[in-house]
Amino acid sequence: MSNYEATGVLTLEDLKDRLPPKERLEKGPVAIIECIQKIPCNPCAHVCRFGAIKKPSLVEPPEVDYDKCTGCGECVAVCPGLAIFVVNLKYREEEALVTIPYELLPIPEKGEIFEALDREGKPVGKARVVSVRRMKDKTTVVTIAVKKDLAMVVRNIGRKIE
Amino acid sequence: MDLRIWEHPILEFKRDKQVHIYLEDKKIDAYEGETIAAALYASGIKIYSKSVKYHRPRGFFCGIGKCSSCLMRVNGIPHVRTCVTLVKDGMRIEYEKGRGDPPITTEIEVEEEKLDTDLVVVGGGPAGLSAAIAAANLGVDVYLVDENPRAGGQLIKQTHKFFGSKDNYAGVRGVEIAKILLRELKKSSVKWVLNASVIGYYENKRPVLAIAQENRKLIEVTTRNVIVATGAQENMLPFPNNDLPGVYGAGGVQTLMNVYGVKPGNDALIVGAGNVGLIVGYQLVQAGVNVKMVVEAMPKIGGYLVHASKLRRLGVPILTRHTISAAKGKDYVEGAVIVELDENWQPVEGTEQEIDVDLICLAVGLTPSSELLFQAGCEKAYIPELGGPVAIHNEDLETTIDGMYLAGDVSGIEEASTAMMEGRIAGANVAIEFGKERSRAEKLREESFEHLNALRKSPFSERVLKGKERVWKMWRELK
Ligand SMILES: Cc1cc2nc3c(=O)[nH]c(=O)nc-3n(C[C@H](O)[C@H](O)[C@H](O)COP(=O)(O)OP(=O)(O)OC[C@H]3O[C@@H](n4cnc5c(N)ncnc54)[C@H](O)[C@@H]3O)c2cc1C
Ligand code: SF4
Ligand code: SF4
Repeated sequence: MSNYEATGVLTLEDLKDRLPPKERLEKGPVAIIECIQKIPCNPCAHVCRFGAIKKPSLVEPPEVDYDKCTGCGECVAVCPGLAIFVVNLKYREEEALVTIPYELLPIPEKGEIFEALDREGKPVGKARVVSVRRMKDKTTVVTIAVKKDLAMVVRNIGRKIE
Repeated sequence: MDLRIWEHPILEFKRDKQVHIYLEDKKIDAYEGETIAAALYASGIKIYSKSVKYHRPRGFFCGIGKCSSCLMRVNGIPHVRTCVTLVKDGMRIEYEKGRGDPPITTEIEVEEEKLDTDLVVVGGGPAGLSAAIAAANLGVDVYLVDENPRAGGQLIKQTHKFFGSKDNYAGVRGVEIAKILLRELKKSSVKWVLNASVIGYYENKRPVLAIAQENRKLIEVTTRNVIVATGAQENMLPFPNNDLPGVYGAGGVQTLMNVYGVKPGNDALIVGAGNVGLIVGYQLVQAGVNVKMVVEAMPKIGGYLVHASKLRRLGVPILTRHTISAAKGKDYVEGAVIVELDENWQPVEGTEQEIDVDLICLAVGLTPSSELLFQAGCEKAYIPELGGPVAIHNEDLETTIDGMYLAGDVSGIEEASTAMMEGRIAGANVAIEFGKERSRAEKLREESFEHLNALRKSPFSERVLKGKERVWKMWRELK
């Protein structure tokens, strides 16, 4: 049994074979798919206009062709598992962008500062809302700026600070 | 007090017309479209009845008309299921005393209606709706019956986007899938009736179904085929005080908060980390409830990792190898005791923890609602992998009674995606029996089998498939 089956939390170790290579990460926005079990699901593969996501079968976990991925974020909005994020390490010297799906109230607004939460919901720093997209199906896609070393750690936002 | 949710990230609650009902002499605000139980709950009334012998308080439990916790006297009629009965202006609600007195007036008018059709579909969840639409579009005369005030079954309570295949609504929220199916239903030739329970099956040369609508009307439908798609009901868990109001089934909690927009509590404990428990936990957070934790007796989380991760990211702990050992409180849940379990499922001494919650949500599995099938005389079997007692059936969803089919959770607890495929297969099979649109019906059957098999390829389906193979084999041996 892998530990995530008991905790519900993936570690970078669990994800290591699936993450984009370092060089790709440094080039700019790219999808990070944190969906590694065999479950019957495929909206991610259908939505990507660039053909970057493949599902070998309905139940096989998705595979990303990182050269094709533009980091557009369409897949973030459709994934029913809320398991896809876009990380952009090229944003600024000190900061990276993380795009997350969000389905709670209040809807974040540009410029607001929230607690940045890790995969266990623990506050690890601050997140500044850089952009907000409201989808027709009421998913909100929020892009936050966090300290660069938190780009692969932060996966949610918590309390509003400012 | 008003426990109604007025702002929700996903849902909008229609509250167009305010009405008033009376509990004993107390005037209570309600909105048209709410059930009695939901309106009472919204105004802070959480006790609906008392147990006959020990007078223990009873709240609601299932919220879909399948348990008997919410029986009250309504306009003089005893034993009304308040969780599925809609409010009407001026309604008089009373607590029942003991076993309840007979009606005060004998002048309750009961209407009768007799109908004749090709196919009756019992249950309007994803399985029943898909079956009815498929059969009607293949030229069969269909009559669909559902006992809830709204059709859609479990779908109408699901705020999350569904898994499955993109070809069959994956990525669409459950509530929206229900709307799509209802639009298709309206476009088809299906006739349907809501607030109506199928209460019995008998034969008078041809099968006849007895249907009771709103305690007021008896409908007798003579038919050729029946598809039973009655879904499932919540399992209970034994622990001291498990009958206190505030201990609810996951489906009941969902009905209250996502269908009627009423906040079920402030602080919640969830028991069970299968998909249902995980999703309900997430939905409770969406409804503004503080979810303290999820406890799971197994050493690992049973639901999908992505659902678990979603909840963990919100800071909700999931404690595996833990269970609830008691609920605390006098008239209502005021706390819960949880305890760690060892490898032999025994409580580890000294690990009891009391937590402050006013809501305990049980998500410990479902049992197929097979009553009608058994009453009709279908051969049955107890198959744990399918959720317990099921009617023996084959791949084509035929039971051991000729012309009687089943589909969806009643044939084994699975998913809405598989329920829709089973519904289509059963609907197509009825059309094939009639010899109507034969080639189109066969094509639909084939396609639906393909989708169903693809969905069942996940390791999460292994257990169900094993159970299915067992009942299919039993059917072949019987027939
Ligand atoms: C919290 C939760 C999350 C879920 N998430 C997913 C998901 O992401 N993806 C997925 O595919 N599935 C999901 N499911 C499972 C899915 O909802 C069910 O498997 C599916 O609804 C089963 O469909 P059904 O039509 O068999 O039964 P139901 O949806 O239960 O419908 C049964 C209907 O029959 C009616 N009925 C019962 N008895 C009678 C009677 N005697 N007379 C008249 N009417 C009657 C009921 O009123 C009800 O409307 C979830 C379930 C839950 C509880
Ligand atoms: S971010 Fe855009 S390009 Fe990249 S995988 Fe997702 S949808 Fe495709
Ligand atoms: S849409 Fe999301 S949950 Fe579904 S397979 Fe793709 S990544 Fe996994």
